[in-house]
Parts: sequence; structure tokens; C-alpha cells
Amino acid sequence: MIIRKLENWPFEGLRGEFSEFDQIQRYLGRLFSDRSQANGRETPAGVYPLLNVSHDSENVYVRSEISGMTLDQLDVSVTGRSLTVSGERAIPDEDSNVRYHRKEREAGKIRRQLTLPTDVDHERVQAKYQHGILMVVLPKAEKSKPKKIAISE
Amino acid sequence: MTTQTQDIQVRDKREVKSDAEQTIPGRVFSPNVDIFEDDQALTIVADMPGVPPENVSIDLRNDVLSLSGVPSVSVTEKEEHVLHEFATGKYFRQFTLSEVIDQEHIDAKLNNGVLRVTLPKVGPAKPRKIEITEG
Repeated sequence: MIIRKLENWPFEGLRGEFSEFDQIQRYLGRLFSDRSQANGRETPAGVYPLLNVSHDSENVYVRSEISGMTLDQLDVSVTGRSLTVSGERAIPDEDSNVRYHRKEREAGKIRRQLTLPTDVDHERVQAKYQHGILMVVLPKAEKSKPKKIAISE
Repeated sequence: MTTQTQDIQVRDKREVKSDAEQTIPGRVFSPNVDIFEDDQALTIVADMPGVPPENVSIDLRNDVLSLSGVPSVSVTEKEEHVLHEFATGKYFRQFTLSEVIDQEHIDAKLNNGVLRVTLPKVGPAKPRKIEITEG
């Protein structure tokens, strides 16, 4: 913080009424850019659960790390090009006489909506929850699949 | 409980910073844990999404408990990433135990990416009365 304050010295007082605002803006900008660099994340959405989306010529794959859920707590739905993952993660209460030393795991609601990169075949969408990973496989609609075009001489 | 209805906030996976260099390439993360105890046992619950039961290892030696897990890889080579929000890698975390643990009866369960390790305490040593005989 001290370094940041000294950066503009000795001009700090000379820059008029906007200087403070500018500084805040720049500080915030730096704060967020530092954050995303530290994570190595390209698009921090800031909404839980985090998603990894990939595709090949046939399907779109959506993966999410949500451990400790049961199937009835998870809800996946597709409307148009929009995929919604929602649910509630519950951490069952332990016996009342236990003493907690650490409590880092969180319980609560999760909800995430995602716009898919292509049209998908709604009828054939499959979702699987295994080892705490939710994986949704969305077959691409026929018209969105890449077509090989024969080149004639 | 009020926490039940709150939205879960995004937390970045914490990467393990160790002095010892990894021999296997890849990232290593520290799993989030709950630790609690009662009179009989100490229990550690750790979130390790993506790890199948056969890839978990639990090691206790010299009062240091090591938990590690390797997630199974499900991404095929043909896939191309569109959005990449979380990184995957090994899980590793160590704890120094202050209690004497009954090593024979350590129990571990893995359910939907949640590892639960129960470490039974060795019961308090019963006071043994030593008879003193005249001689």
C-alpha cells in the first residue's frame, strides 16, 4: 500500500479533484487483473459452480467439480442454447458432541447458467455424476456439425 | 441453519506450495477439509472431486497424516476447450496429529468425491496399581 501511495508523489495534490477517483479506478483495475492472473483462469465468472466447457466434432462437453452431492440435489436443464445447472449442497450435521477444529467445506445453493456455443440436440443430452464431477454431454444439432465439403477439380 | 440457504461463493483452488519439487509434472491442490473430533475419534472430511477410490492414498507415519488423491482423467484429446474455469490436478494435504491414533482401525470412505477418514483414538491408559510387597 505504501508503494502505491508513493507512486504519484509529489504530484498527488496537484492533479485536481479527479485524481483520487482515478487512483481508485486504477487500483481496482489492478486488483482484478492480479486476481485473474494468479488463478491462471481466462474467464473468471465468479459464480459457483465453475465450469469447463469443451467440444469436438460431435458433442459439447460441460464439466463441473461439485463434490458431495446426491443425484436428487442436482438439477440440469437445457432450453434453447441455454444450459442451467442448479442444486443445493448440504453437509449433513455431525453428532452434536463433536468439536470442530476446521470447517472449510461449504454448504449452500448452487446455480449457473451457460450459453452453449452451438445448437444441441435436446433429446439426446446426457448428464452423469461420478466421483464428484458433473459431466453433461450435449450432442451437437445436425446443422451445427462440421461438414466436409468435397472439392472437385 | 442459515448457511443452508446461502449461495456458495467461488473459492479458488489452493495450490500446494512445497519446498520439495514434484517429480511428476502437473499441478497439486490442497483440498478443503472439515476436521472434528469427539471422545472416540478424530474425523477428517476432504473434498476431492474427480478422484476414484482406487486413486486415494492415506498414509500415517510419525504422527503425520498424508492424504493424496489423483483424479481420473476424462478429457479426450479430440476435445477443444471453449471455457476453462477450473484447473485439475492432484490433491495433497498433510496434518500433524496430536493424539495417539489406533492405526489398525483407521477407516476411510470416499463418496462422490468426498473423502472421510476416521481415526480412532487410543483409549486412555488405564491406571495400573502396583502392589508393593514387603521383602
